[in-house]
Amino acid sequence: MDVHEYQAAEILGRYGVPVNPGRVAESPEEARAAAAEFGGTVAVKAQVHTGGRGKAGGIKLAHTPDEARDAAGAILGMDISGHTVNKVLVVKGAKIAHEFYLGVVLDRPNRQVLVMASAEGGVDIEEVARERPEKIVRRLGDPALGFQPYQAREIAFALGLPAGKVNGFAAIAQQLYDAYIEEDATLVEVNPLILTDEGDWIALDSKMSFDDNALDRHPETEAMRDLAEENLTELDARQSGISFVKLDGDIGCIVNGAGLAMATMDAVKLHGGEPANFLDVGGGASASQVAKAFSLVTADPHVRAILINIFGGITRGDVVAEGIRDALGEVQVSVPIVVRLSGTNAEEGKRILADAGLTAVDTMEAAAAEVVAAAHGKAA
Amino acid sequence: MSILVGNDTRLLVQGITGREGSFHTTQMVEYGTNVVAGVTPGKKGERVAGVPVFDTVEDAVAETGANTSIIYVPARFAPDAIYEAVDSGIGLVICITEGVPVNDMVPVYAYVKAHGARLIGPNCPGLITPGEAKVGIMPGFIHEPGKVGLVSRSGTLTYEVVDALTKAGLGQSSAVGIGGDPVIGTSFVDVLRLFQDDPDTEAIVMIGEIGGSDEEDAAAFIKEHVTKPVASFIAGQTAPPGKRMGHAGAIISGGSGTAADKVKALEAAGVRVAQSPSDVPRLLKEAIAAA
Repeated sequence: MDVHEYQAAEILGRYGVPVNPGRVAESPEEARAAAAEFGGTVAVKAQVHTGGRGKAGGIKLAHTPDEARDAAGAILGMDISGHTVNKVLVVKGAKIAHEFYLGVVLDRPNRQVLVMASAEGGVDIEEVARERPEKIVRRLGDPALGFQPYQAREIAFALGLPAGKVNGFAAIAQQLYDAYIEEDATLVEVNPLILTDEGDWIALDSKMSFDDNALDRHPETEAMRDLAEENLTELDARQSGISFVKLDGDIGCIVNGAGLAMATMDAVKLHGGEPANFLDVGGGASASQVAKAFSLVTADPHVRAILINIFGGITRGDVVAEGIRDALGEVQVSVPIVVRLSGTNAEEGKRILADAGLTAVDTMEAAAAEVVAAAHGKAA
Repeated sequence: MSILVGNDTRLLVQGITGREGSFHTTQMVEYGTNVVAGVTPGKKGERVAGVPVFDTVEDAVAETGANTSIIYVPARFAPDAIYEAVDSGIGLVICITEGVPVNDMVPVYAYVKAHGARLIGPNCPGLITPGEAKVGIMPGFIHEPGKVGLVSRSGTLTYEVVDALTKAGLGQSSAVGIGGDPVIGTSFVDVLRLFQDDPDTEAIVMIGEIGGSDEEDAAAFIKEHVTKPVASFIAGQTAPPGKRMGHAGAIISGGSGTAADKVKALEAAGVRVAQSPSDVPRLLKEAIAAA
C-alpha cells in the first residue's frame, strides 16, 4: 500500500526526521491560507501516488499567498499519469545548498534491509543506479541487530560530508531505518534530503510504501489509505481473497493460482489477444468465489470473452465446475466463455459444464486460441 | 534418493489439527509419505490420520525422530513455528503459509542459515519425490518417478508443467516449489546445485516469474556450474510494471524484474526457454538430445 507524501512526512516526523512543515489543501483558498500562514515562498505540491510530479507541472513555487492560490488552482484536478490530483501539499520554501538521496528498501538478493544514499539527490535514483552506480553508497542492516551508527557514519563520510554534518545525517539514516522496520514498510525514501544555506537538514520530499501482509498490525497505516487513489475493483477483490489486477485488453481471465494466471495472460497474448485482467481466484474456487470472479471481470465493459483456466489439484475439477455452473445462475454473463479444465476429476467437471451448456477444452493453448477467436467474433 | 525428501524422510506436521494441516496430513499419508508426528500446542495425545500429536516440536522429535517439518500455521505464527523447528534440530523446514510479512522473514532467513538448517518457502506448495514422499499440497497423482528435476516459484503453474512432463513420458526425480515471496529460504541456485549434484537427476526444468533477480542469478549459476540440460518457462510476459501479480514477490519495480530480462539471461546461459508451459517437455527433450 502506498501513502501520500504528506502522510509519509507525518510518519517520519514522529521518528524525528526533520520534515518540512506543511499543510494539506483541497481548494485554492485553503492553499492561499496556508501560504499566508507560512509567509514567504512556498512550494505547492500535487499529492498523488505516482512519480514524475515535477515534470508534469504538479509542483510549483509561489512567492505570495495569491500565487499559491493560483498554483493550487492549476494543480488541483490535474491528471498525472492517470491519477487525478485531489489534494496539494503547501510547504515552506527552503534554500537548498545541497541535495541528497536517502532510502531504505529490501535487498532481495541478500534478503536483508538496505540503506542507500547518494550525493546526487533530487533526481531519479533508478537512473543514477543504472548510469552511475558508483554514486550510490549502500549498507545492509543486520537481520537481528539492525542498522548500526557506524554504518550510517560510513555512508555519510563516503558521500563526502564535512565532519560537522556527519552525525546529523547519520541520525536521519537511523530514523529512516527504524521507521522501515517498525512500520513494516517496503520502501522509505527521502529525495531530496537537503542541506540548507543555513546548514540545516530538511527532508524535502518523503515517500513510504507498506507491506500489505503486515497491514493488519498497523491499523493507523490502513486508516491512511486514500480510496481515490485505489482501484476499487482491486480492493473489493482482495476482500474476497481474490487477487485482481485490471489491464487494458478485452479478454477476461479467471484462473486458480498466481503463476498460472500470469501464464494464462501470456498465452492469450501469444495467440494474438490482449488480457483484460490478472485474476487468481485463490484456493478452493467455490461457487461464491467463482461468482465473485465473474462479477469482477464482467464489470469491465471492454471484456468481449472470458477464459477460465483451472488446473485441478487439491481443488477438484468437479467442484470447480459446480462453482461455475452455480455462479452462472447468480451472475448474468453475456459474453462467450471458454473453460479449460484439467487435473483432478476433470472429466466429471466437463460433464457438469456440458449440462450447463459450456464446453471445456483440455489444454491452455487450445483455450487461449478459442477465447481470442471468440472475442473477435469468429469460431475457433 | 533424488533431493531433500524421499524414503528417509520422517515428517512432522506443525499445525496438524488445523483445517489445512489435517486435510493435507491425510493426503500425504495416503500418498505414502512417512508422517511420524504432528504438533499443535495443547493438543497432545490427539491423532490426525493416525499420526500422534504433540505439544512441542522438541517432544515430537524426541519421541519420533522426525527430521523434516512442514508448517501449516497462520501467517502470524509462522516465524515462531520455523524458529521452534530449527531450535529442535529439524534440518529441513517447509513453510506452506502464505502472507508472512517480509520484515518477519528477514531475521528468520538469517537465523535458519546461521543454524545450518534449510527452509523452503514460505508461500510455497512444498516438494515431492514421486513414489517416495510428498511433502506439500501438490496433487500427487500427476507426478511420475523419473529423471527430471523441477524447481519453481509457483504452485498450480508447476502442476501444469509436471502434468505435461508426465504425459510426455518425462518422470521427475524431485519437484520443488520454492515459493512466491520476496524473501524465501531456498533459492533457484540452491536447488539447481542440489540437482546438479544428484545422480538421480539427468535434466532440469526451472519455472520462474517476474520480480527480483533470482532467475538472473540462476542463469549465471547455470552458465558456470550446471552441466545437465535445462529448460525453462518464465511467467508474466504481459504483466504491467509496478503491480503485484498475486505473489508478493511477483512485481516489476524500477524497470527490473521483467520476464524479458530473465528470458534473455537464461538463453544467454544456454537454457531453452519455452513460450508456453506446454512446450517445456519438447524443449527439454531437445536439450537432452543435444547434451
